[in-house]
Amino acid sequence: LQELSIGAAAASAALVAGCVPGADAAASGELRLKWQEFFKKNYQLMTEEEKAQTVARLEKLAALQDGLQLQIGTEPPLPKVLYGYAFNITRCEGFMECVTACIKENNLDRRTNTQYIRIFEMEPGQLDPSTGDGRYFHEVPVDNKFYMGTQCFHCENAPCTKACPVQATWKEPDGIVVVDYDWCIGCRYCQAACPYDGRRFNWASRSYPKTRSTPNSTTSAIACARWACREVHLLHPALEQGAAAGLRRGLPHRARVFGNLLDPDSEIRYVLKHKKVFSLKEELGTEPKFWYFID
Amino acid sequence: MSAQHNRNLRTFVIDVFRWNLKGGPGFQLFRLLLLGCMGLGVYAYSHQARFGLSVTGMNDIVSWGFYISNFTFLVGVAAAAVMLILPAYVFHDPNFHRVVIIGEGVAVGALVMCLTFILVDLGGPLQAWHLIPGIGIFNFPSSILAWDVLVLNGYLLLNGLVPAYILYSHYMGRTANEKLYRPFVFLSIFWAFSIHMVTAFLYQGLPARPFWNNPLLGPRFLASAFAAGPALIALILAVIHSFTSYKIDRSVFNKLRLIIVISAIINLIMLFSEIFKEFYFPTHHSSSAIYLFFGMDGHNSLVPWIWTSVSVNLAATLVLAFNPGKNNPKVLLPACGFLFVAIWMEKGIGLIVPGLIPSPLGEVVDYLPTWVELSVTLGILALGITVVTWLIRAALIIEERYAGHN
Repeated sequence: LQELSIGAAAASAALVAGCVPGADAAASGELRLKWQEFFKKNYQLMTEEEKAQTVARLEKLAALQDGLQLQIGTEPPLPKVLYGYAFNITRCEGFMECVTACIKENNLDRRTNTQYIRIFEMEPGQLDPSTGDGRYFHEVPVDNKFYMGTQCFHCENAPCTKACPVQATWKEPDGIVVVDYDWCIGCRYCQAACPYDGRRFNWASRSYPKTRSTPNSTTSAIACARWACREVHLLHPALEQGAAAGLRRGLPHRARVFGNLLDPDSEIRYVLKHKKVFSLKEELGTEPKFWYFID
Repeated sequence: MSAQHNRNLRTFVIDVFRWNLKGGPGFQLFRLLLLGCMGLGVYAYSHQARFGLSVTGMNDIVSWGFYISNFTFLVGVAAAAVMLILPAYVFHDPNFHRVVIIGEGVAVGALVMCLTFILVDLGGPLQAWHLIPGIGIFNFPSSILAWDVLVLNGYLLLNGLVPAYILYSHYMGRTANEKLYRPFVFLSIFWAFSIHMVTAFLYQGLPARPFWNNPLLGPRFLASAFAAGPALIALILAVIHSFTSYKIDRSVFNKLRLIIVISAIINLIMLFSEIFKEFYFPTHHSSSAIYLFFGMDGHNSLVPWIWTSVSVNLAATLVLAFNPGKNNPKVLLPACGFLFVAIWMEKGIGLIVPGLIPSPLGEVVDYLPTWVELSVTLGILALGITVVTWLIRAALIIEERYAGHN
C-alpha cells in the first residue's frame, strides 16, 4: 500500500487530553497499540515486516475504536507503470458524480464538506478554472457553459514534496504523489506550495457515516490522523480491477481517462497523441500528469 | 562582594530566580498579569488540542493565519538585535556595548515566541519530533522550512549562550574572555541576516503564490525588521531608563533613531515599488494585492487594516525623520510605538493572509481569527515578555552589582 492510509485519530486525542478510558484489558491493549503507532517510522523507511506490523495494529485499532473490519493493503507500485490522467472538457456536464464517489470512497469529512475533486462551471472563452464558478448549485448542464474538474495533478516536479520539512509526502516510482498521514506534522507548508489547490487538511476528526464507509478500500484513510495533510488521490493499481472500474462505470459521461503512460496501447496514450491536450499553469514547470482535452 | 568565593553556577541560577521573584507590588502585579495571560493561552490551546485546528479561523484556503503572521513578524524582531550588536562590536561604540545585552534578551524572547507560534500552528504537535535529525527525517536542503528550523534554533543558541557566558563571567567577578566569544558574536551577526532571509524564502520560494513569489520579499523583510525591531528596543530602553537605576546614554537613542528612519524609508520605498508593480499594469498575479488594498468579490475585511497600517507607517516614519520635537522623547517614543504596530499589521496579517487569497483556483474568502487564536497569541506574547523581562532583569543586576569595575 503506497497510499499510506492509516493512522490513529484518537491517539493524539488520548495523549493530549489524557482521557484514556477504563482499566479493562481492551483499553490497555488499545493504549499499547497507540503507543507503538506513535513511535513508528516514516513509511518509506519501513521494512516489509514493519509494514505488516503497522497494518495489523491499525486494523486492530479500527476494530477496537469504531468496530470496523478493515483490510489494509501494502502492495508496492507496479513495475513499468507510470500513471497519467486526462479530463475531457467536452464531455463533462457537471453532474458531480465523480465528486460524490470520491467523498464516499475516501471517507472525506462530511461536516466541512471536504472535496478532493472540485468541478468549476466555466464561461466560454475561458480555460482557467480561477475564472469559473466552483460553488454552482443548480440544474446542469447549463447551455453555453462547460465544466472543468480539478484535483491533485500528481506533478512530476511536485512543489509539495519539495516543501515538506519531514518527507511525509513523496512521489512513488509509478508517478503517484502520496502522503504518510502518520508522519505528517500538520505544518501545511505543502498546502501553501500547491499551485492547484490539490491539498486538503483534516481540520478536525473526520465525520463520515461509519456504516457506509468503504472498509476494503486500499486507497482511503479509514482512520487517518486528525491533523494530517491529505493529497487528492489518483487512482490506484488495485483500483484498476476493483473500485475504479465501478467508479468509472458509475460516471455518466466517461469524461475521465486514466492509464499507464509507458504502455503505447493505453487509452491515455491515445488521448495524448490524437486529441487537443493542455495542462494548467504550464509556466510553473510543475509538469502535471493530468491533462485536459477537447473532443 | 564578600560572597565572591561562594559563587558558582548553582548560585548563579538561584540568584537569577531570586532577583526575578523579588520586587515591589507594581512589579508583582505585572508578573501576575503576565501569568494570567499565559493561563488564558494554555486554556485556549487545550481547546485547540482537543477539537483540532477547526476551532481556529483557518480553512483549506486560508491555511495559515494569525499564528504564522505573528511568527513572521517576530523573526524580524529577533533579527533586529543585530542592529545593536553591529555598532557595539564592529564599530566599538561604548554606549552600545552597554545596551547590547538588552538587545540579545529581546532576541531570545522573540525567538521563544517564534518557536512557540510554530508549535501551536502544527496540527500534530506531538509529531514534532519527526523534525529532529537522527530520530526523525529532516528534509534538508530541499525544504526551506527545514532550513528555518535550523537557523532559528541556531540563532537562539547563539543569542542565549554568548550573553550567558559574559554574564556568568561578570557574576563570578571575572572579565569575559573576548577572544573566546568574539567569533560567536560575528557568527551571530551573519546569522541574524540569515534567519530573516530564510524566513522570507519560506514564502518567496512558492511559485504557487505570486504575492509572495517576489525577489523583493527578503530585502523588504530585513528593512522592515530593522525599523520595527530597533523601535521596540528603543521603547524597552526608555522603560529601563525611567524605571531602573540602569541609565542609558541619550546618544544611543539618537543613533537608534537614525537606524529606524533609514530602515523605515527603505522599507517604504520597496513597498511603493511593490505597489507600483501590482497596480500599474494589473495581471492575474496582482489579485492578492487587489484583494488586500481594495477588496474583491464583496470580500474586503483587510482593506481598512492595510490602509491604517500604511498611513500610520508613513506618519510615524515622517515624524521620526523630521524630528519635530527636537529629540523630545514624548514625540519620538510614541512614533516608535506606532511604527512598530504599523509594521506588525502589514508584515503579519497583511502579508500572510492575502498571499493565500484568492486561492490558486480563484476563490475569495475572508479570514478572521477566532477567540482561540487571539487568546493563544496573547498567551505567547505574555510568555515572550516574561522571558525578556527575566533575562534583562538578571542581566542588569549582574552588570550593575558585579561588573561595575569593568
